[in-house]
Amino acid sequence: MVFFVLTTVPQSGFGNFALPIQIGAEDMAFPRLNMLSFWTTFVGMAVLLSTFFISDGPPLSGWTSYPPLSAIGKATGPGEGLGQTLWIVSIAIFCVGSLLGSLNFIATTLDLRARGLSLMRLPLTCWAWFITAVLMLLSFAVLFAAGVLLLLDRVGGTSFFIPAGLVVNDQMVNHAGGSPLLWQHLFWFFGHPEVYVAILPGMGITSHVISTFSRKPIFGYKAMVYAMCSIGFLGFMVWGHHMFVSGMSPYSAFAFSVLTMAIAVPSAIKTFNWIGTMIGGKLRLATPMLFAIGFVSLFITGGLSGIFLGQPALDLTLHDSYFVIAHFHMVMGVAAIFGMFAGTYFWFPKATGRMMNEALGKAHFWLTFVGAYGIFMPMHYLGLEGHPRRFSALTGVDFLNSPHLIHLHEFMTVSAFVTAGAQLIFLYNLVYSWLRGPKASVNPWEATTLEWTVPSPPPFDNFAGRHPVIHRYPYEFSVPGAASDYIMQDAPEETKAK
Amino acid sequence: MADETMSAHGLHAQAGAMESAWEGGGSPYAVGSKKLGMWLFIVSDAITFSALLVAYSYVRVASSLWPRPFESASIINATVMTGVLLSSSLTMVMAVRESKRDAVSKTVVWLLATAAGGILFDILHIREWLGLIHEGVRLFANPWGTPLFGAAFFSLTGLHMTHVTIGVVYLIVVALGFRRSKYSAEDVEVSGLYWHFVDLVWMFIFPLVYLMSAKLA
Repeated sequence: MVFFVLTTVPQSGFGNFALPIQIGAEDMAFPRLNMLSFWTTFVGMAVLLSTFFISDGPPLSGWTSYPPLSAIGKATGPGEGLGQTLWIVSIAIFCVGSLLGSLNFIATTLDLRARGLSLMRLPLTCWAWFITAVLMLLSFAVLFAAGVLLLLDRVGGTSFFIPAGLVVNDQMVNHAGGSPLLWQHLFWFFGHPEVYVAILPGMGITSHVISTFSRKPIFGYKAMVYAMCSIGFLGFMVWGHHMFVSGMSPYSAFAFSVLTMAIAVPSAIKTFNWIGTMIGGKLRLATPMLFAIGFVSLFITGGLSGIFLGQPALDLTLHDSYFVIAHFHMVMGVAAIFGMFAGTYFWFPKATGRMMNEALGKAHFWLTFVGAYGIFMPMHYLGLEGHPRRFSALTGVDFLNSPHLIHLHEFMTVSAFVTAGAQLIFLYNLVYSWLRGPKASVNPWEATTLEWTVPSPPPFDNFAGRHPVIHRYPYEFSVPGAASDYIMQDAPEETKAK
Repeated sequence: MADETMSAHGLHAQAGAMESAWEGGGSPYAVGSKKLGMWLFIVSDAITFSALLVAYSYVRVASSLWPRPFESASIINATVMTGVLLSSSLTMVMAVRESKRDAVSKTVVWLLATAAGGILFDILHIREWLGLIHEGVRLFANPWGTPLFGAAFFSLTGLHMTHVTIGVVYLIVVALGFRRSKYSAEDVEVSGLYWHFVDLVWMFIFPLVYLMSAKLA
């Protein structure tokens, strides 16, 4: 999920479609490299899925694959044989695909902008994809190196991550000298920026959608850009907060904690700006807008629990409990997926030339929104009660078998089924609208950016040979004295009412 | 795509110096997409090497007895390798200079000379590897101390050697393509960026892996 959904869809999926149109380019800077990136990622995914069909079974180490268990092979049990090796290979291939994709995004954004489209006139979606691409470029390289070392540990007999004297399943492991903590440092140096790779495109889409459907310019455009930049920058300095329970000097933990808290500042700036954009706006509560508001809601809820977890003292208690699961699923999982839904409902008319059904969209939103809270809110409570993560069976922990906790579990299970069922509505809406939906006009949402100046669906080279020139900022809604309540980015300056 | 960028440059030049390079309609500082792409690749690759060097430093500091097996013969061999690689950077500079002057055959000769430097480096390197393997150094063991010595040595120098080998193939492809006018002077320069980067990485590996593991008298 983390690699092939949260990393791939918001960035490579939406970005590849909308970024070139929004900046007025006919394609990405390196179309062939782009295709190569796609097929590389595809091969990575195929390798990962192939692990379901081998006798050892698929890898069981999760997306973090902590050694030593992930490093010493079959001795540790099922799923740690060939499956784990293939996981590393798959992720290494994925790293290559990400590298190709991200350098393409950066080069495209810098070099192919239409005339007049200065950096401070870019739609916030483009800023989000750009910053995400920078994060990917800088972080996946570290995961690649770590993956190579882990692979050597497994197949080359090295001991980078395996300490001396390790006994697993009553067998002495024939390795010496390495350190499992080294993997954690390398992994989380990648892993924390990766969290922002998942969420930043969602932030961009949310900003874009909220401004469009509030009929107001985004509140604090520059503050939004700087906030995203500082979130990206600080994201590289907080990897230690994933390792408070791994054993760490209290001084380092303090430094990581302070830096982690610092991320709350740009996050709060973004949140207040989203709310500020909506206040006093003429809200149009269409489905993309609902999902964007849902994103803000989930981001606040998940973000607040992050402040608890950023304290080393509290984290020692909460870290390996359901509280952490609730936190990151809210803020990185469901919020990012809400960003994807907002983007899908928003750009579907442009991509297919047909509108999605609003009534089904709203039903999908409310069931998913309430369902997601129903799954993850009780998890906070379970975590505080001491329910541990990553256990398949809980025998001998009687305090977790009390009826009120069991009822919570039942409630969460029902919520999960309802939420999953709601996705069938989405799938039906997607397929039905694609085939039978009403025809979409060029600009059904009355938005201002360049993708809404081209036909739906856009021609092969986006602008059919035209070279758009940009005269305006991206969110000129409700301009006083203007004829309509929105002005396209490429509308010449003369039409501006004085 | 290259033509597109060129025309965009033209447009930009007409717009005059009033517009900043960042206003759109052209590439900032006239750095084309290819060159920018290579720079970005180099940034990312540099981080991969940095991560490996950090890992190497980490396990080295964490090990109580890190072997220092390299006698003066090994150090001299590594110094010669360094000299070969640095010289190949010089021939690369000559190739880029000649390509800017459209001196096709001279460019090709300098490019092939650079590739030859890379091949010589690889040969010396493989000879050194074989010598060490003969002495009993493996990925998982060595005669002198912590098994991580061999692991770190082979993975760091191995990744670098892979880069040199890829670079040799890359340079030969560029040389042949430049002769057939398939590649431009900019392509030669972009391949030069890669080659200098590979060279630069060695300038970190040489002191950290070789000099710091020299046997002290």
